[in-house]
Amino acid sequence: MTTPLKDRRARAGAGRLESLLAAKEIVIACGSGGVGKTTTAAAAAAMAAVRQPGRVLVLTVDPAKRLATALGLEGFGNEATRVPDAAFREAGAQPRGELWAAMLDTKQSWDQLVRRHAPDPRTAQQILTNKLYANISGRFVQSHEYIAMERLYELHQSGRYDLIVVDTPPTRNALDFLEAPSRMADFFSSRFLKLLAAPSRNRLVSVASRPFYSVADRVLGSQFLSDIAEFFSLFERMGPGFVQRARAVERVLHDRRTTFLVVTTLEAAPVHEADFFLTSLDRMGFHLGAVVLNKALPPWLLAEAPARLAEALRDSGDATVAELAPALEAEPAQVRRVLGEVAEAYLNYQLVAQREAEQKAELSVRSEVLVTVPAFDQDIHDLAGLLRLGEALFTDG
Amino acid sequence: MAATTPLLDRRLLFVSGKGGVGRSTVSAALALFAAEQGKRVLACEVDAKGNLADFYETGPLRFAERELSPGLWAMAMDTEASLKQYLSLQMKLPLVARIGPIARMFEFIAVAGPGVKEIVTIGKFCWEVKQRHYDLVVVDASPTGHIVGQLASPQAINELVQVGLVRNQTQWMLDILGDPAKTGLVIVATPEEMPVAETIELSHRVRDETNVDLAAVVVNRVLPELFGRGEEEVFDRLAEDPDALSAAVGGDATLLLDAAGLAVRLRRTRAGHLEHLRNGIDPAIPLLYVPYLFLKDHGLRATRVVAEALGQELGT
Repeated sequence: MTTPLKDRRARAGAGRLESLLAAKEIVIACGSGGVGKTTTAAAAAAMAAVRQPGRVLVLTVDPAKRLATALGLEGFGNEATRVPDAAFREAGAQPRGELWAAMLDTKQSWDQLVRRHAPDPRTAQQILTNKLYANISGRFVQSHEYIAMERLYELHQSGRYDLIVVDTPPTRNALDFLEAPSRMADFFSSRFLKLLAAPSRNRLVSVASRPFYSVADRVLGSQFLSDIAEFFSLFERMGPGFVQRARAVERVLHDRRTTFLVVTTLEAAPVHEADFFLTSLDRMGFHLGAVVLNKALPPWLLAEAPARLAEALRDSGDATVAELAPALEAEPAQVRRVLGEVAEAYLNYQLVAQREAEQKAELSVRSEVLVTVPAFDQDIHDLAGLLRLGEALFTDG
Repeated sequence: MAATTPLLDRRLLFVSGKGGVGRSTVSAALALFAAEQGKRVLACEVDAKGNLADFYETGPLRFAERELSPGLWAMAMDTEASLKQYLSLQMKLPLVARIGPIARMFEFIAVAGPGVKEIVTIGKFCWEVKQRHYDLVVVDASPTGHIVGQLASPQAINELVQVGLVRNQTQWMLDILGDPAKTGLVIVATPEEMPVAETIELSHRVRDETNVDLAAVVVNRVLPELFGRGEEEVFDRLAEDPDALSAAVGGDATLLLDAAGLAVRLRRTRAGHLEHLRNGIDPAIPLLYVPYLFLKDHGLRATRVVAEALGQELGT
């Protein structure tokens, strides 16, 4: 007889994350904004450093100072910083491995990229000092998403780390950063870039593209247009290196050493987005490691007997109130109100727990591995807090 | 900067906030409430993938506005369509029709001209205000990370582009955006750590980097206070002896007490964040509180409840 799917799933969930982190080299946490991607990524990385030997890097694209504080660092940047063992000791843990942390600095990463791919230092300098560069590098073809993946690739290539856990920018469209490398490559091979760069080369603008310039001229002004053209003609020189690089980044994301965690809370909107994520990952052939259900209410809120009892309590008669009042040293009216609030709280939170259970059921048919993490009363302020969350992640709640 | 003009007396409201705090619910509810007060209101969604329509339980929104209920219209921003409209209105360009697929040209201009996407978005809303088509335009705007760039785009364009149509078009937009009697930003937050931190940071950035007035902060999903003065001690004594309660109600009451304890702790954590928010925001900015909804769904019913709560907070 085969094991029922439900049991198999329960077994697969417990410890699943730990073995995943032991086996993979890159773990990418994705999900909609506000679900706790950054914290989940950091907690998983910290826990991996405790349980497994080797170097673990948590790379964050979210510039939250809070994470630096939680990791006991003054602040960290593009260069990785090691979380001192003393911080672990303070949190009551003895790490087998090393935990490193780095934060994506978009501007600095772009500058590095330009220096690498420019044919000569002079071109690099021209691009970096172009007055449109700062403005444009931050905007076109999902540059932020691309640079995040590019930086991940570079860190992985460096061979310094056994495991890299990264969160992802909060994009509305999940596909943005998954597709960013290939779009970047397409952009550099497109006729479009040639169009943009054309006027500055003083070549004959083809009849077909003349209307573009004519309209753009009137909308943006011709001086601006020629500034733009100069910029893109410089940029175009980086094309070949860029395309090659973007393709390599794409390959690493698809590699079997890379896996994805879809993080979500059990509210309607994030679940909807997680669902879309799962579809996209599947369609594009990425490896799904696990779905992490964050900040879930405890399952005992679903029990029916207490709900019935809550209803009885809400409608408590004078006898019940009178019976309890002396021991509570309170007026009957006050006791009645407290009992009413206790009953109301259970019924209210049960409704939310039911809503959550429904969302969970919907997600469970989408992924064999669900890891549920409870809502903590306290916010996570330090490494001890991160490790508590990590413990919950590794043991499924 | 004191928020002097009452929220709904303004003409253009941008609603922003960290992802996941209920920005669309609040936008939908604000527009609904204003329409119920007899105003002609346009609710706009900036994000093409947004779900503002869900909060009205209506079909997908398009660029062309549609009347959903008396006084309430809704649309979704489409930068390409907006540029097209803009070109034909401002430039009287028959050319647009002739140059073939507008998409290609749009891509060209939008990539080439930084801020162009932002300005055709902002421009459309300002245009509606200028033309007095509506009493109030409510924009379900970009999240906290992008809203400053969007609101500041006319200034940025002013600095980057020396001549040309776009340059000529920015001044009247700046006039509307910078007038606190006409335009305001509403930030939505929840009493949680990150949303509060981002709200405070955004309030500073809006003041320093844009000329848009912060009109209000909406605190969404405020958990109810369970116990009043003296009652918490009564509850603590009750929780100390679950057996007494169980005996009195005739069933195991442990989980009931656990749930109430959880509710108290959740509320307490959030109260701390709420206080941090109050201390971090200019006291002149009104804070509007919307309770956490213990409801099954998040459709029109929830929008109505939020609209009602906002109405009470606005004192109308």
